[in-house]
Amino acid sequence: MVPLSWYLMLAAFLFSCGLYGALARRNAIAMLMGIELMLNAANINLVAFWRHGVGPMEDLTGQVFAVLIIGLAAAEAAVGLALIIAVYRERRTIDVDELDLLAG
Amino acid sequence: MQLPLGIEVPIPTFEQFVFIQVALLTAVAGLAVVISRNLFHSALALTLTFFGVAGVYVFLEAEFLAVSQVLVYVGAIAMLIAFAIMLTRSMMYGRTSPLNNQWGKSSLFAFLFFVALLAFARATPWPAAGEEVVADEALIGALGREFVTNYVIAFEVLGLLLLVALVGAVLLARDR
Repeated sequence: MVPLSWYLMLAAFLFSCGLYGALARRNAIAMLMGIELMLNAANINLVAFWRHGVGPMEDLTGQVFAVLIIGLAAAEAAVGLALIIAVYRERRTIDVDELDLLAG
Repeated sequence: MQLPLGIEVPIPTFEQFVFIQVALLTAVAGLAVVISRNLFHSALALTLTFFGVAGVYVFLEAEFLAVSQVLVYVGAIAMLIAFAIMLTRSMMYGRTSPLNNQWGKSSLFAFLFFVALLAFARATPWPAAGEEVVADEALIGALGREFVTNYVIAFEVLGLLLLVALVGAVLLARDR
């Protein structure tokens, strides 16, 4: 049996990678990839806590939430990439440093 | 097992050994996503990460999630990202650094966050393991029943959200 803390450590690493990617990359698609990594890490945590919780056969809440998050990630990726393509068509760049139209 | 410096390392069981392989693959691929300079390599590493996470779900005996992970993430999201990269190609290759000017602070913050989470995960006395999960279709059936009983509102709202998001995506990406 794999201990719960191993799953948590893997998820923590993936989340930190995603956080770094979302904060430090200039390309908007790379930022989106970081966000996907963070969502995956959260999902690992949800399922790991479901498996190690009380009565995983009766209470499937952890898995239900993981499925909902997978659906949300699909919606987020579709809208995000459509936005990126629309911005690229307008501005010929998806460098988030140059997209400062709304900056004060 | 005794290492030279007197460090005691518990011998992993076979399951733990395989888990370590899968986790290492996932972690290395996840790191490659954010440090690779070529955006397309990032996308390929992201696909590998999604496969690794599906493997982790198999270890957690959540087979339905493992299959949906491969279907949705590898089948749909990775494809979408690859197409988006190819459609916005011009700025990808090595003109400037792929990182913005706050990457130093970001890496420090992400590292400290990781260390804090690691300390938390190691220090907390987690329960050993849940009861045995009988891996068969009954679990997936129960999951389906949850979606049409206890979580029916969340399920319907998610369906509506997906519909609106996809229509919105088509509207946004349409060439006017």
